[in-house]
Amino acid sequence: MVKMSTARQTEPWQSAEVPGPKKALLINDPRIVLALIKRSKNPILIVGHRAAEIELSGGQLVDYIIRLAEAANLPVVSSPSIQGEFIRRGFKRIIGMPVVDIANRLTDAGWAGLNNKGQHDLALLIGFKYYVGWLILSGLKHFSPNLKTVSLDMYYQPHASWSFPNITREEWEKNLNAIISGLG
Amino acid sequence: MGIGFKLDFEKNLRLRIGEIKSDIGVLKNIEVSIGKVIGEEWAEEIGPTPFPSIVDLREWDFKLLQRYKPFYMPFCDLCCLCTFGKCDLTGDKRGACGLNMTGQQSRIVLLACCIGAATHTSHARHLIEHLIGKFGRDRPLDVGGLNVEVEAPITRLVCGVKPRTLGDLEDILGYLEREIVRLLAATHTGQEESNLDFESKVFHAGMIDHVALEIADIAQISALGFPKADPEAPLTEIGLGVVDSTKPVILVIGHNVPPAAAIVDYLMDNGLYGGVEVTGLCCTAHDVTRYNPKAKIVGPISWQLRFIRSGVADVIVVDEQCIRADTLIEAQKIRAPVIATSDVNCIGLPNRTGDEVNKIVEDLVSGSQPGALILDPAKAAEVAVKTALLIAPKRMKFKSLPDTSDVVEGAKNCRKCDDCRRACPNDLPIKEALAQALNGNLDALASLYDECVGCARCESACPINLPLHSFIIKAAEKKLKEEKYKIRVGRGAIQDVEIRSVGSPIVLGEIPGVVAFVGCANYPRGGGEVAEMAVEFAKRRYIVVASGCAAMSIAMHKDEEGKSPYEAFPGVFDAGGIVNVGSCVSNAHIAGAAIKIASIFARRRLRGNYEEIADYILNRVGAVGVAWGAMSQKAAAIASGFWRLGIPVIVGPHGLKYRRMLLGRKDKPEDWYVYDARTGEKVYVGPAPEHLFYAAETKEEAMVMIAKLCMRPNDTTRGRAIKLSHYIDLHKRFFGTMPDDVHLFVRTLADVPLTMRDEVIKILEEKGWKENIIPDPTLLPRLVRRRVSG
Ligand code: SF4
Ligand code: SF4
Ligand code: SF4
Repeated sequence: MVKMSTARQTEPWQSAEVPGPKKALLINDPRIVLALIKRSKNPILIVGHRAAEIELSGGQLVDYIIRLAEAANLPVVSSPSIQGEFIRRGFKRIIGMPVVDIANRLTDAGWAGLNNKGQHDLALLIGFKYYVGWLILSGLKHFSPNLKTVSLDMYYQPHASWSFPNITREEWEKNLNAIISGLG
Repeated sequence: MGIGFKLDFEKNLRLRIGEIKSDIGVLKNIEVSIGKVIGEEWAEEIGPTPFPSIVDLREWDFKLLQRYKPFYMPFCDLCCLCTFGKCDLTGDKRGACGLNMTGQQSRIVLLACCIGAATHTSHARHLIEHLIGKFGRDRPLDVGGLNVEVEAPITRLVCGVKPRTLGDLEDILGYLEREIVRLLAATHTGQEESNLDFESKVFHAGMIDHVALEIADIAQISALGFPKADPEAPLTEIGLGVVDSTKPVILVIGHNVPPAAAIVDYLMDNGLYGGVEVTGLCCTAHDVTRYNPKAKIVGPISWQLRFIRSGVADVIVVDEQCIRADTLIEAQKIRAPVIATSDVNCIGLPNRTGDEVNKIVEDLVSGSQPGALILDPAKAAEVAVKTALLIAPKRMKFKSLPDTSDVVEGAKNCRKCDDCRRACPNDLPIKEALAQALNGNLDALASLYDECVGCARCESACPINLPLHSFIIKAAEKKLKEEKYKIRVGRGAIQDVEIRSVGSPIVLGEIPGVVAFVGCANYPRGGGEVAEMAVEFAKRRYIVVASGCAAMSIAMHKDEEGKSPYEAFPGVFDAGGIVNVGSCVSNAHIAGAAIKIASIFARRRLRGNYEEIADYILNRVGAVGVAWGAMSQKAAAIASGFWRLGIPVIVGPHGLKYRRMLLGRKDKPEDWYVYDARTGEKVYVGPAPEHLFYAAETKEEAMVMIAKLCMRPNDTTRGRAIKLSHYIDLHKRFFGTMPDDVHLFVRTLADVPLTMRDEVIKILEEKGWKENIIPDPTLLPRLVRRRVSG
C-alpha cells in the first residue's frame, strides 16, 4: 500500500510538467485499480517501450504486465518495438501499435475498439517515458470524454484520471503485485 | 523594380483576368508586362497560384487534413493569451472568447510556425541585404553552374518567378513578410475558430518558410562561393577533439554566416589563417566550413556549454538563432569576450558598431567590457581576430570545469533530493551517478554524457548549486578528447542530372526512398541513434540526405574501420549515398529535390503550380523527413513546409511536445481513395503514406515507420515489392514479427516480394485480401484525363 509521505509525491515527476486545473486522483490504495478494472465494461492496457527496460525483483516490467493482463483478461496494445518481448514469453495476443495511433483511435467515438466491442471505457497505461505518458494522457483527457485513464507508472501523471504518486521502485512493485494478486 | 510594384502587379494581373475575356487589348498588355516583370526568358505557362495568399491553397490543405487528422496533446489546459484569461479549456470547455481546445492548440502550433518562418525570413533578409551591399543587386545566382538549371525550385513553384540575381531574391522577401504578418494576425484573439483553418495556416507558414530557406541559401551559395551542388564537397573535421587548443581559438555560434565568413577573410587577408583556429557550433559552423573547409565544427547545438566551459575558445562570436541565452554569463566564467553581431540577438551588450576597432579590442582584452555588439560583420571580424590574438596568452585557456576533487566534494554535499533528475529532460539518474563518484570513480557520471543534451537544467534545479553538467563533462573528459570525426561539407543543391538519373527509380519505387535526417539535437538517447539510422538506410540503398545538427550527429560515429559515415558512403544523391546538404537553410534543397523530380523528371509544370506538384509528390515521391531531435520553432516551420508538399515527417519522442500529430487511419478504407487520372474512377490505394506527422518512441519504431512511409500509390509492382521487403525485413528484425498490415500495401500479387511470398500470401488469405488496380493517382479531380508523362 502506498503511503503518502510528502506533498512532493503528487507533483509532476518532471517538475516543469504542470498541467492545469484538472489533475489525476491519487491511487493511494491498489484496490482502487482493482475496482476500476472490475467496474469497466471494456478496458484496455497500453504498454510503452520502457516495459522491456525496467528490471524489478520478479523480472522485467513486461513480465508483471503479462501477469496483470492475464489475471484481468485485458486486451493489450504495446509499442511495436516491444511486441516481440510479449510473444517470446508466450503472450501471443499482444497487438503492436504506436502509442500515438492507439491514443488517436481512443479519441474516436466511432472506433470499434481493439476487440470490436466498441468504445473502451478504461485505459491503463504503463511503461512510458514520463513526458510521453504525460502528453498521451493529456490528449486522452481532453479528447476522450468517455474514457477513464489510469497511469500505472511509478510517477504522478497529472493528466490521468487516476495515477500513482511518485513512489520508489519497491513501493511500485509492491503495488503492482497487489493489483495482480487482487485480480487473480 | 521594388517588391511593392511586383506584388501589386501580381494582384492586378489576377484581378484583371476577368477583363481578359472581353478585352483583347488588355490581355496583350498584360502578357507583355508579365514577360518583363517576372522572367523574361521563362516561357513556362504560369500556374493557378503564383504568390499564393493565406487562403489560396486552403482546399489542398483540407484534403490533406481530411486524411491526416490532427491529434492534439495539449501542453497546458489553459490559455493565457489575453486578459480575459486565463481560461480553462479542459475537455469541451470554451474560453471567454469562445475558443476551444483544438482551436487553441492549433493556434499555438501556428504561432510556433510563424516564429520559425519569421526567423528564417529575417535571416534571409539580413543575409541578402548584406550580400547585395557587398556584391550588388545584379550579382547572378549560381547554385551549380550548368548542372543546376532549376536554381530555385521552391521559389518557382510558390511564387511563379524565376530569380536570376541577388536583387530578385530581395524582391521575394516582401511577399514572405506580408504573408507572415497575415498569419500572425490570424492568431489574435477573435480570429479563426476552426482548428482546421489554423492548421491550413500552419501549412502556409511552412511553405513560406521553405521559400525563405531557399532564397537565403542560394544567395549565400552564389555570392560566397560555397560548394555548388558538389557530391564531392570536401571533408572537414568535427568534434570537440579536433580543435587545436595551442592556438588562439575563435568560436562562432549560430546560423547567419557573414561575421564568420568575414573572420576567415580577415585572417586570410592578413596572413594569419594558420595561426588562429576558427571553430563553429550549429549551422554557422556548417556554413563557415562551406566557405572555408579548413574551419572546424565543434558539434551540434547541444555542445555549446560543454565547449564553452572547456575554456578552449578565446573569443566567442554569436550571430542568431538557437544560441543559449546565458552565453555571456558562461563566457565570463572562462574570461572570454563575446561579440554579438545580430540585431535580433544583442545579448544586452553596448552597441559599438560605430567605435574604433582598436578601442573595442582594448576594452575586451582588458576585461573592462565583457563583450560588444558590432553590427558590421567586417568590423566584428577584425575585432574578433585582434582580440583573440591578444587575449589568448592572457587567458591561458582558463576553463570553468571542475577537478575530480570538486566532483567528489559535490557528491559529499548532495542532499539526494532528486531535483536534478526531475529537471532533466532525459530523466538521467544524476543523483545515483554522483553517489558513485564519492570514492573518486566518475564512470557512472561519464556514462550520462552520450544522452545528455547539455541543457544544464539539472544545475538550475540543484538547491546547493552543484555544476552537474560540468561534473558530467569532467567525467567524460577522455571521451571528449577522442571526439574526432570527418564530415562532408554541405554541398547545397541537388544537380538536375542527378534528378534525371534517380527520378525514374524513385517514382517507380525501385530506389526505395529518400530519407532526410534534419533538425536539432534534442535527442532522447544521444545523437548516435541518428547515425545508426542513417547508416542503416544508406546500406539498404535508400538515398540518405542530411542537414543541420542531424548532419553533424551522423558524422560523429565510426564504423569498425574507424570511418565516419561521410567517409564510408558517397555524397551523391543516389542509392546508398549520404548527402549533407548543409545548414538549416539548406533544407530547401531537400524539398527542392522532391519538386525537381516532378518538374525535371516528370515534366510537370512548376511555375505557380503548387497544388499539382504537391499532389505529385504525395502520390509518387517516396520521401520521408526524420527530425529525431527537433526542438525549435524553426524545425516546426520546416516540417510544416514538408507536410504541405506531401512529405511525411517523423520526430523523436520529444517531438510529441509540438503537441499535435497528423495521423492517418489505416483502419478506415474510405480515407485512402484517389482518382485514377486516366479514368476519373476512385481507387483504393491503401494507407500510403500512412501519416504526415508522427512521433516514434524508439529508433527501432522510427526505422520501421521510415520504410513504411516511403510507400506511395504510384509505386510499380517491382518498386512496391522492394519497399515492402524493406518494411517487412525491418519489422521482423526490430519487432520480431510480420507486420499485421501487409495486406493493405499489396495491390496485386506482383507487389509481393519474391523471397517472402509464402508468408505474405498466407496473410493475404487470412485477411480476405482482394486484388486492386494501380491507378495513375491524384487527389485533384481537375487532373483527371490530363495525364502528363511520369
Ligand atoms: S484568447 Fe480566448 S481562450 Fe485565450 S485567454 Fe483570451 S479569451 Fe481566454
Ligand atoms: S545538462 Fe544533461 S544531465 Fe543536466 S538536465 Fe540537461 S540533459 Fe540532463
Ligand atoms: S539536485 Fe543537487 S542536491 Fe539534489 S540530488 Fe541532485 S545533485 Fe544532489
